[in-house]
Amino acid sequence: MSTPLTPVITEFWDRPDLYTLDGYRAVGGYRALERALTMDPDDIIAQVKESGLRGRGGAGFPTGMKWGFVPQGDGKPHYLVVNADESEPGACKDIPIMMANPHALVEGVIISSFAIRANHAFIYIRGEVPNAIRKVEFAVKQAREAGLIGTNIQGSGFDLDVVVHSGAGAYICGEETALLDSLEGYRGQPRLKPPFPAVAGLYASPTVINNVETIANIPYIVDRGVEWFRGFGTEKSPGFKVFAVSGHVKRPGIYEAPLGITMRELLDYAGGMRDGSEVKFWIPGGSSVPMLTPEHLDLPLTYESMAEAGTMLGTGTPMVFDQTTSVVKAVTRWLEFYKHESCGKCTPCREGTYWITGVLEKFEHGHGQEQEMETLTSLCSQISGRSFCALGDAAATPYPAAMKYFRDEFLAATHTSADEQFDPVASYVFAGAAAR
Amino acid sequence: MPISESTREQMRAIAARYPSARSALLPMLHLAQSEEDEITTDGINACAEVLGITPAEVTAVATFYTMYKRERVGKHHIGVCTNTLCGLLGGDAVWDSLVEATGAGHNTASPDGEFFLERIECQAACTHAPVMTVDWEFMDDVTPGSAVEVIESLRRGEIVNATRGPAIRDFQATERTLAFPDDGLADAPSVDDKMLAGLQIAKERGMTGGNA
Repeated sequence: MSTPLTPVITEFWDRPDLYTLDGYRAVGGYRALERALTMDPDDIIAQVKESGLRGRGGAGFPTGMKWGFVPQGDGKPHYLVVNADESEPGACKDIPIMMANPHALVEGVIISSFAIRANHAFIYIRGEVPNAIRKVEFAVKQAREAGLIGTNIQGSGFDLDVVVHSGAGAYICGEETALLDSLEGYRGQPRLKPPFPAVAGLYASPTVINNVETIANIPYIVDRGVEWFRGFGTEKSPGFKVFAVSGHVKRPGIYEAPLGITMRELLDYAGGMRDGSEVKFWIPGGSSVPMLTPEHLDLPLTYESMAEAGTMLGTGTPMVFDQTTSVVKAVTRWLEFYKHESCGKCTPCREGTYWITGVLEKFEHGHGQEQEMETLTSLCSQISGRSFCALGDAAATPYPAAMKYFRDEFLAATHTSADEQFDPVASYVFAGAAAR
Repeated sequence: MPISESTREQMRAIAARYPSARSALLPMLHLAQSEEDEITTDGINACAEVLGITPAEVTAVATFYTMYKRERVGKHHIGVCTNTLCGLLGGDAVWDSLVEATGAGHNTASPDGEFFLERIECQAACTHAPVMTVDWEFMDDVTPGSAVEVIESLRRGEIVNATRGPAIRDFQATERTLAFPDDGLADAPSVDDKMLAGLQIAKERGMTGGNA
């Protein structure tokens, strides 16, 4: 039997008024908050730990454990920061959550802040999506007017202020410590860890940074319980996931399903590949994780199974490419992205992305030299593990993964350009006159 | 043009949101840009004065983030995602058509000052590829033809609706939203069929997440 879809966060997205307080309340919204405010904050942390919820931003770190690292009774202010800087190529699930169901995020923020004893929460949203920013701001405003944010919330004695913060265009700010620097009004550059943000984060105070989808899970866990949550997914990857399937598929879109569903099943829900097309390669969760091929379609999409296959679940937003796609061109474009987004702090990443991109562009134009394939491998290994943050590691990821499966294409690119190997027009999702 | 006292007052209001005033710098720069259509020396100086930091410190931040422009953007900012997925699925062709239709180039305004083009990175809308933005509002699933139609409609002064979001205003209005997000436009339809793709199948087949 195939794995069914399980709409939870997405269950009521077809209600036009879901983004309003009334609409959200009509489907049980803020019931979890009522319950949470009667609980001991430590019990909420324990509940999230027991749920096994893992961070949905890409790394998959256990959320409850992260919360548990915050020292309690230390007399310092604590902060909750929501990472809503979704910018990973291929990732497109947090922005939809914020546009469709912003109150789930806001309710999650209030409960999470209560649990870690934070009186200030910040939602850091990338600046390029004003429509998500205004939706979340509207939800925060409504929650404030209803007394769900502010002083002495619902008579609990708990005070919370929530600020919606606009970024300004920098992928690196999705890295949690760069995000903190940015939120403090500086260039977004990563910090050396330790100290970890749980000990010294925003304004050098204990800070929890969680992804949008992670926080949006919290109300449902508090409302429906650990047992219900663990009824989805696997032992090591419990729960459900807002998968976003993109690429050469018939019905790209949002599909919420338990962790452990396979790519083949997701692809089936997405209507399969477009006509006359087959999977060439796919990436489970953002360009920063290694690509896979059709032979991996039956693997469960869990943190552990993806790791075994030599990749990562990442953001859980699979990009699927068909046989019309030039791997050389795809990889070159990703490296151009990392080169553009490298913050410049660490030499291996700053210089390395520049050099890799230059060499890859030669291949894209059919002028690569065979020995430069080794040069690229060497450059990647010189970056990986040698930078403060994961951007360097990410930049060193696409090429070795592509070489593992598509070495011949790079070899062919020593004499034939990517566009001659693969007609770009064939890859477009529009045809005929529209493609010119 | 010097930043007015009223704008400085608004900058102070943004700063008051934060436990530490400097945290307000990014939204303050958006406000400066909404006033002047670019980040000017006057805008930088105003931010520096309000926060009590040096213009050099503000400049270091303003030049780091790609949304801040150091030349006038003009009426509309047009972005085309040319990252791998959107680019290969047709964004490259959309880009070419817009360059031709506007006479603008990457990070350059058209000669008439109407359109400023930018090859943007992933816009978090890959399910809607190829993606274009107008003043950072979504124009999903564009083709070279439909993208040029958007440009033509804007030129004629017609109302153009974002595919997920409100009617297009102009670049400076969006920059103001980034500084003051309570812009009264939250009721614009923002959920489409692709966002409901899984939900619709689940409903048809009686699949649920076990709602309480």
